[in-house]
Amino acid sequence: MSADPTQVLAFETDCHIFENNGCGFPAPGLHSFLFEPLWGDGDSNLYFNKTMLLALLGSVIVVAFFWAAFRKPKVVPGKLQMVAEAGYDFIRRGVVYETIGKKEGEKYVPLVVSLFFFVWMMNLWSIIPVAQFPVTAIISYPAVLAGIVYVVWVSLTFKRHGFVGAFKNISGYDKSLGPVLPLAMFIELLSNLIVRPFTHAVRLFANMFAGHTLLLLFTIATWYLLNGLGIVYSGVSFIMVIVMTAFELFIQALQAYVFVLLTCTFIQGALAEHH
Amino acid sequence: MSHLLILAAEEKENPLIPPIPELVIGLLAFVIVFGFLAWKLLPNINKVLEQRREAIEGGIEKAEAAQTEAQSVLEQYKAQLAEARHEAARLRQEATEQGATLIAEMRAEGQRQREEIVAAGHTQIEADRKAAAQALRQDVGHLATDLAGKLVGESLEDHARQSRVIDRFLSELEEKAEAAR
Repeated sequence: MSADPTQVLAFETDCHIFENNGCGFPAPGLHSFLFEPLWGDGDSNLYFNKTMLLALLGSVIVVAFFWAAFRKPKVVPGKLQMVAEAGYDFIRRGVVYETIGKKEGEKYVPLVVSLFFFVWMMNLWSIIPVAQFPVTAIISYPAVLAGIVYVVWVSLTFKRHGFVGAFKNISGYDKSLGPVLPLAMFIELLSNLIVRPFTHAVRLFANMFAGHTLLLLFTIATWYLLNGLGIVYSGVSFIMVIVMTAFELFIQALQAYVFVLLTCTFIQGALAEHH
Repeated sequence: MSHLLILAAEEKENPLIPPIPELVIGLLAFVIVFGFLAWKLLPNINKVLEQRREAIEGGIEKAEAAQTEAQSVLEQYKAQLAEARHEAARLRQEATEQGATLIAEMRAEGQRQREEIVAAGHTQIEADRKAAAQALRQDVGHLATDLAGKLVGESLEDHARQSRVIDRFLSELEEKAEAAR
């Protein structure tokens, strides 16, 4: 075994405890996040695997949901429109208006709403039967989203404040700091321009990565222990699978929320007057 | 194979280094979602939300208009009622005045009639008195003549002389009475 992908669609194992066929507990690891391509060559950059399938499928689902709800919206809404409106209103009022403000924020509502539902859908794949893999546990997806947000708020800062103003804004220029100013500016620049997008992406990635690992651990353990006396422990493990699934359901929504909340905070910071 | 070996081998694959194809597909997937939402679906719902807000506010405005109208109608009614009360009071006043006038007129008429009757009575009494005085004068004349005839003799029986004497006598009496008054 190696770090090479051993799975195409799912982690498969036939090992059980108390069997003397030489296989131990097939612990989940980094290899659980690697997939053999469904199409193409894994060594080149031309391939198509499960996470890509889920990403595209997920975006189609999000679009289909909002298409069904908002294509011909009515003043007196139907059930589906009401649900979609509730979600839309939650992000618009609860996140964008709250952080950026109604006047300035209106422009960024489509971006933030798209981000939230996209991320949430990608997270949700983690507990949708058959798929059962959070797309955001692959760093590329959060990185792309964090990159888009980065481009948006940095360009916005320069557009709003001009070059010097933007530099002051990002570096937290403050004369009252005195001799510490260069150090403070250096740290602020590093923090805002390099660490910020990194943590923005990794926060989401790591949460989903860890969540999926935990789910895998208990799921594999349930299966592995299902033999002889181990069946009791298998039961306990299965209960943990259910508990962790419920917990993940919560974390998925929470992380999507945190992601867009940070997005709004960055945009708000870019719009704010330097002080 | 031991797990340590697996872990060691896995270190080659750093999960924090994003594979390029996934980046591209991720961008594409997000652009699909953002494109549809920003291009059509969110503007759609915004329009409807705005319409709904207007409908609700329109309803409130309508209710306010109805309330204003009701208020104005009420004031109109109140004004009319006050006017009617005023009119009634005026009519009552007028009636009272008219009644008073009538009573006064009737009283004046009664007074006039009474005075007429009294005057008529006076005239009647005067006439009666005059007639009675005339008759009495004649009777007294006769009686006095008779008496004087009896005392003086039949010479006084001559009617003409007799009348003259009596009249003269009575005139003297009247003059005396006038003088005494």
